[in-house]
Amino acid sequence: MSKLLEINNLSTNFSTPRGILKAVNNISYNVNSGEIVGIVGESGSGKSVSALSIMRLVPDPPGKIVNGEIIFNGQDILKLNNSEMRKLRSKDISMIFQEPMTCLNPVLTINRQLTETLELHLNLTPKQSYERSKDLLSMVGIPDAERILKTFPHTLSGGMRQRIMIAIAISCNPKLIIADEPTTALDVTIQAQILDLLKTITSDIGSAMIIITHNLGIVAKYADRVLVMYGGKIIENSPASDIYYSPKHPYTLGLLRAVPRLDAPIKNKLATIDGTTPDLTESIIGCNFSNRCEFSIDKCNQEQPPFSIVGKEHYSACWEANKIPKP
Amino acid sequence: MTLNLSNRPILEVQNLKMYFPVSTGNIFKRQTGEIKAVDDVSFFIREGETLGLVGESGSGKTTIGKCILQLNQSTAGEIMFEGQRLVGMKQNELKQIRKKLQVIFQDPYGSLNPRMTCGDTIGEPLKVHKITKTKKEYQEKIASLLDIVGLSPYMANRYPHEFSGGQRQRIGIARALAVSPSLVICDEPVSALDVSIQAQIINLLESLQKTLKLTYLFIGHDLSVIRHISDRIAVMYLGHIVEIADKGELYTNPLHPYTKALLSAVPIPDPLKEKERSRIIIEGELPSPLNPPSGCVFHTRCPIAESACSTHIPQLQEVSPNHWVSCFLTPGYK
Repeated sequence: MSKLLEINNLSTNFSTPRGILKAVNNISYNVNSGEIVGIVGESGSGKSVSALSIMRLVPDPPGKIVNGEIIFNGQDILKLNNSEMRKLRSKDISMIFQEPMTCLNPVLTINRQLTETLELHLNLTPKQSYERSKDLLSMVGIPDAERILKTFPHTLSGGMRQRIMIAIAISCNPKLIIADEPTTALDVTIQAQILDLLKTITSDIGSAMIIITHNLGIVAKYADRVLVMYGGKIIENSPASDIYYSPKHPYTLGLLRAVPRLDAPIKNKLATIDGTTPDLTESIIGCNFSNRCEFSIDKCNQEQPPFSIVGKEHYSACWEANKIPKP
Repeated sequence: MTLNLSNRPILEVQNLKMYFPVSTGNIFKRQTGEIKAVDDVSFFIREGETLGLVGESGSGKTTIGKCILQLNQSTAGEIMFEGQRLVGMKQNELKQIRKKLQVIFQDPYGSLNPRMTCGDTIGEPLKVHKITKTKKEYQEKIASLLDIVGLSPYMANRYPHEFSGGQRQRIGIARALAVSPSLVICDEPVSALDVSIQAQIINLLESLQKTLKLTYLFIGHDLSVIRHISDRIAVMYLGHIVEIADKGELYTNPLHPYTKALLSAVPIPDPLKEKERSRIIIEGELPSPLNPPSGCVFHTRCPIAESACSTHIPQLQEVSPNHWVSCFLTPGYK
């Protein structure tokens, strides 16, 4: 498989009254074409900012991409100017946002919002794009497309709006879809519908997908590879078939143990990760997880662990990676 | 329905209905319909247990909580708490009851007053109910409440914005516990929190239940969290309870088709198991409570519905000991 997206040493900072906040701190990863990559992390771990950086949608000021390369399809998109970037967005890379309630324009009809991308990027006539919109809506499982196209977003439920968002995102057959918490605002039964839909659609149009989520369970069924982020850094990168059974970073282990699972016997007490996430405006010497880590040794507070290979295509940033038990 | 009780229930809800009127017209307002948020719901909670109330958004779980707290005036039905009728109770009697009946809210950001310090927030119920006599006693009580929820007493002078989400939820818990309640309604107390913080709060709620002998009504939508914390579980769909059973029974032997679909939709963090699981995808969306389906409310989305389901309303029935279900097609349902 060929590399579709290559991110090298990407750093994104925000300037705040308390100082520079390193939201994304020197991350590198690849996405192959047709691959589904899950990025997992808690609030403030930098997962959304890293996605916005790929779209070049980080609000500037206060945010700024300060370092790194994002090579998409052989070109570094950080070097593109604004009009070149606009041609890329939605056409080659598209994004599905978390809030289906706020991401559609409330004063435009669904038709207008769907056809905008089509007319802009594919140079379709209004009639052609109307026909294409109807096809797209039936692809995302919306019956009665003609009526829905005439309506406004407020008349639709959350699940329906998220389907519209997906229809907009896939309208130009993009090579990469970034789904930022696509189901967090939805109920479990609707979540299952939407995730199944995303999986079939991406394999139908042959695009790659990055799913960002805070729930390790969600990506288990869908992702080929899982990245775990903590405090602005990627701390583990592994094939999905490996990370759930033998995590190599104590934070990943903690995440797996802290979630009550339907398939496991009920324990009296849930495992917790004590403490809270680090303040990203402070510079930390050594590993930024060491103060919450049960495996930490002296070295962890002195030297930052390198991101090194610990198994087949399995990378982890931990000095004690080989001592992490199975969950 | 009649209830066979082995243990004394602390709360009994019978045939509770909560309809919200819908009116149209700007000048000549008239009622054109009603939203049936809760429709004929009966259940009970035994002393010392946790009843989990699970359902999707719009199924009426929070409305039930508010009806019990008398924050909504229910349309019909009875609510008995420790042997007293709550419906139609006078305000001054209700004030006494609220010492025994407390609530923890979902949103740790919206449920604390940003202009009150953490100590004042926790101390307000102490003042309202005149629990502490002297200033010294008041401050000691606040310090001890902060201590039992895992915060430091010196934090009493801080304002909500200085706390993280998990810490704020701890303040909400301390406020609820200030009056030493016997029943606490937990309205999605962990859904706004991150996974690692969620586990801390769940452990805290469980240990407080043991030490303070609390009874919980735990409202939630995450079936794995509900399974962990509850003793019995009631599943809601569109204003109705469709199944009630002990936790072990409900998860190993779900009977209602909605419960089965709900359980199969919960993701498990294990790729191999996930690939083998067959998922029951229920089609479509939740119908509008303004115009709920006739007969069984689930029949429009039910994979096994028959023609009788659209004409007759199934009542909750005990099909095996302590396992209640409302579906005509369940084996053993008469």
